[in-house]
Amino acid sequence: MRVLGVSAFYHDSAAALIEDGRIVAAAQEERFSRKKHDASFPEHAILYCLEEANTDLAGVDYVAFYDKPFLKFERLLETYLAFAPRGFKSFSMAMPVWIKEKLFQKDLLRKRFKSFDDGFDWQNKLLFSEHHMSHAASAFFPSPYDEAVVLTMDGVGEWATTSVAIGRGNTLEVEKEIHFPHSLGLLYSAFTYYAGFKVNSGEYKVMGLAPYGEPKYADVIKDTLVDIKDDGSFRLDQSYFNYCTGLTMTNDRFSDLFGEPVRAPEDLLTPFHMDIAASVQAVVEEIVLKLTRSLRAEYDLPNLCLAGGVALNCVANGKVHRDGAFENIWIQPAAGDAGGALGAALGAYHIHQRQPRATANGMDHMSGGYLGPCFEQADIEERLTAAGATFHVMDDDALIDRTASALADDQAVGWMAGRMEFGPRALGGRSILGNPASPAMQKTLNLKVKYRESFRPFAPAILREDMADWFDHDADTPYMLIVADVKEERRRRMSASEAALFGIDKLNVVRSEIPAVTHVDYSARLQSVHRETNPRFHALLSAFKAKTGCPVLVNTSFNIRGEPIVCTPEDAFRCFMGTELDLLVVGNCLLRKDEQSVDLKVDYSDSFELD
Amino acid sequence: MAFLLEMWEFLKVRKKFWLLPIMLVLLVFGGLIVAVQGTAVAPFIYTIF
Repeated sequence: MRVLGVSAFYHDSAAALIEDGRIVAAAQEERFSRKKHDASFPEHAILYCLEEANTDLAGVDYVAFYDKPFLKFERLLETYLAFAPRGFKSFSMAMPVWIKEKLFQKDLLRKRFKSFDDGFDWQNKLLFSEHHMSHAASAFFPSPYDEAVVLTMDGVGEWATTSVAIGRGNTLEVEKEIHFPHSLGLLYSAFTYYAGFKVNSGEYKVMGLAPYGEPKYADVIKDTLVDIKDDGSFRLDQSYFNYCTGLTMTNDRFSDLFGEPVRAPEDLLTPFHMDIAASVQAVVEEIVLKLTRSLRAEYDLPNLCLAGGVALNCVANGKVHRDGAFENIWIQPAAGDAGGALGAALGAYHIHQRQPRATANGMDHMSGGYLGPCFEQADIEERLTAAGATFHVMDDDALIDRTASALADDQAVGWMAGRMEFGPRALGGRSILGNPASPAMQKTLNLKVKYRESFRPFAPAILREDMADWFDHDADTPYMLIVADVKEERRRRMSASEAALFGIDKLNVVRSEIPAVTHVDYSARLQSVHRETNPRFHALLSAFKAKTGCPVLVNTSFNIRGEPIVCTPEDAFRCFMGTELDLLVVGNCLLRKDEQSVDLKVDYSDSFELD
Repeated sequence: MAFLLEMWEFLKVRKKFWLLPIMLVLLVFGGLIVAVQGTAVAPFIYTIF
């Protein structure tokens, strides 16, 4: 039985295909359309999934959509009624969109699927899943557990913003929910907006900025904005927020509370903004920890699965892991709405169709997250030739040795190998790699390759077997979703003058043997690299370790600021020629920057809206 | 027509018949807005979708 899952029409459209319960393919539309967070119908992603399964729409038994538009409309109407007459402006802008388009999503889906296959039996094949059920299904069914507590937290779906479900075998029962407008995701987004970043994409920046500041405002937030109960449930005081009725996340009362106006995008980041980021991060961590502790006490199960946008907060995830309330934690790598496509498909298969779930054998069912397109070597050579690239074809051993040498020489390397990752993190399939021991690497990559803010940290990819020697963490974290500290003995003692530095000035201080991936609080967002799921990346790290003694590489997504991660060899070559990357590896092709025609250099940094 | 039937089914399942008059007014009112505006451009409102 084949089930196609689709998420679309809000942000991060995606498609996923499962065959007899096995995840065959999953990809986000933005990678094909080259529009970040593309919300349109994921036509390219669907076609890719069908191609990967060597079938067409007629060969698909069910199509599952990841949320329920009528329920969202109900929430919208009731919210406007509750706040009336405030919110009329928002109402008058929202209603035409809903009445013209969004209420008729089923019809839109029918038409789009009929354009693939005129005989598409939409009345029997098209299913709808609730938003948080899609998240929960994406967290539980691919996890390595037979039984688990499933916690989902995001901005908002239909009504739910936080949900708890219990997964057992092929069943998943929702136990309780927190409803809109009380939302952990929206609280974080409100501070993202207040700090001058873009809602829905700048949340990572708030998390990255937090270690530069002090949580000076955490008590103000808890005393005023959010009422947190002992079990982690919470309520937001809506008199400080504007998202129910206005076109912004926060209102003047919110700004008055902290004594500063909303920061304009690209304005200078001050210590105040760092303290604000640190404060909201501390509050969110407290809520998540209270939630997980109370869930362990209530359900007495050792396994926890997480999904929803808040589950991408890897600093909070790290705290949950270290807290130890649950023995085992598994987080869906595509925890945001793109993962809803996968969850909708898995939910339709296991819950709606009552199909059995494969017994867990210690491994999850995500294939390392490598669920996207792969390009054959002959195809890569043809595409690179057509793009005008000059390249060398090498065997695996020579290629890995040459790449490891370049990395040891502090070169920045574009690395495209095998299938593309599903989810927002690059995990060695579409990555930019660098030497973490180089003190200048963070700044170089941020300013000359990624063209993004210098404060933003980079993550380390490390051989799984060496992890405990370098970090205070010794469990699998293949999806870069857990933050842990660099081991004490790998840190460098700071001088008194260095310790006295504040904010961004801390950035230039060498803090450990691997400064490029050590954040200012000695933390790092870890990716454990496993021979079983990515043998090629594992071999590269091993070769780098043989040359330098260091089993760690800087691993950041292969893109520039605002650009979706590269998908095809042409995307990779364009990014290579548009940045100061020194070396590009695509499959078994190796490209040196100094061998490329200068005519092919492009400046495309303005092509993408900044995130 | 199929849409109206589905909407009716939805109201029955959710037991929210009190939304029916609001929805009917909205459909008329919204129809007018759409007719006057010509196009409906999605504004950036985080929670309307």
